[in-house]
Amino acid sequence: MYIMVVGAGKVGWNLTRELLEKGHEVTVIESNRRRYLMVEQELEHNITYGDASELWVLERAGIQRADMVIAVTGDDEDNMLICQVAREKYEVGQVIARVNNPRNREHFDLLGIKPVVSATDLILRLIEHEVPEYGLIHLLDLQEEQLEIIEMLLGQDSVVTGRRVGDLEMPEGSLLISVLRDGKGFVPGPETVLEAGDEILAVLDPGREDDLKQLFGPGGGNGAGTDG
Amino acid sequence: MFILIVGCGRVGSSVARAMLREGHEVSCLDEDPESHARLEVGLDKGWEDHGGHFTVGAGLETDALVAAGIEKADAFIASTDGDNTNIVIAQIAQRRYEVPTVIARILDPLRAEWYQRQGVHTICPTRVAIDMLESAVRDGAQRNGAGGANTQPEAV
Repeated sequence: MYIMVVGAGKVGWNLTRELLEKGHEVTVIESNRRRYLMVEQELEHNITYGDASELWVLERAGIQRADMVIAVTGDDEDNMLICQVAREKYEVGQVIARVNNPRNREHFDLLGIKPVVSATDLILRLIEHEVPEYGLIHLLDLQEEQLEIIEMLLGQDSVVTGRRVGDLEMPEGSLLISVLRDGKGFVPGPETVLEAGDEILAVLDPGREDDLKQLFGPGGGNGAGTDG
Repeated sequence: MFILIVGCGRVGSSVARAMLREGHEVSCLDEDPESHARLEVGLDKGWEDHGGHFTVGAGLETDALVAAGIEKADAFIASTDGDNTNIVIAQIAQRRYEVPTVIARILDPLRAEWYQRQGVHTICPTRVAIDMLESAVRDGAQRNGAGGANTQPEAV
């Protein structure tokens, strides 16, 4: 696969190195001369010098035959527009963009650039994952498919603790897919009895989080699923 | 007509003053508070006294665009000093806020041409300069009697 990486900063440089190790053909484009000269010592012909905002620079690097373009510069406008021309002008099959400022995410969406990767969002997710007070944790959003996968930790006070999975009234549009207990995961059957300390994974339609929270959260359970 | 101009440099401020003189309502948005002074060059009183609006903020910030009045704009001009910013905010104005007239200043002729074909109205000062220079050289050559096939410009 021919992959074009734009921006040879810390992210771009390491990404290029990893992709090369995996056996891909990679070119990284860097517009800062000093940075280019430094990285070129290691990457040699896998780096090219130029401003990837300019179409001729992209063409010289062979964007016409690229299978994937990954824009990871520190400038959101650059990343947006590089991905936009890659997809719409050069019909590159797959683009990935880095979002530096999470507030710019809506602009990426507007221009139809996805997927996007934001360090701030990733760290926030990690915090949510590490800090249990958040209760319900988003593990994965499948935007195209309109599904999400969430994780919840069952406390002593959760109404479902001690109940059989078969007796739960799962809200419509949700499915319990896995239980993590003592570091091991398994797919629960109707006879599985939920215990305090279980982490449950569920797949659900977006917007069903509150129903699930009600069912699995502390002191909840009453009435959950009645609309389903 | 309500005209929103983002990027209040030499180009943006001149257009702003001209539109104001023609009786339009003009709002300018610029990151640099100092650029307000440029709007008042040649005016007998302040920009606001003439009915103009000025907002400090970046063109990519939705809040700033809304504060500057993008939701009621009839025309939107992207004239910051960055091509990329202009291309992005012009598309925001067009797609998200559905401003009827959107114009972007793009210095890079190749991208100006492509985005023009994608439906973004672009003005490319570089293209204008290239065309004027070429025709000035041709005119000069012709005046000096050096016309003929060998003066035809080569394809670039």
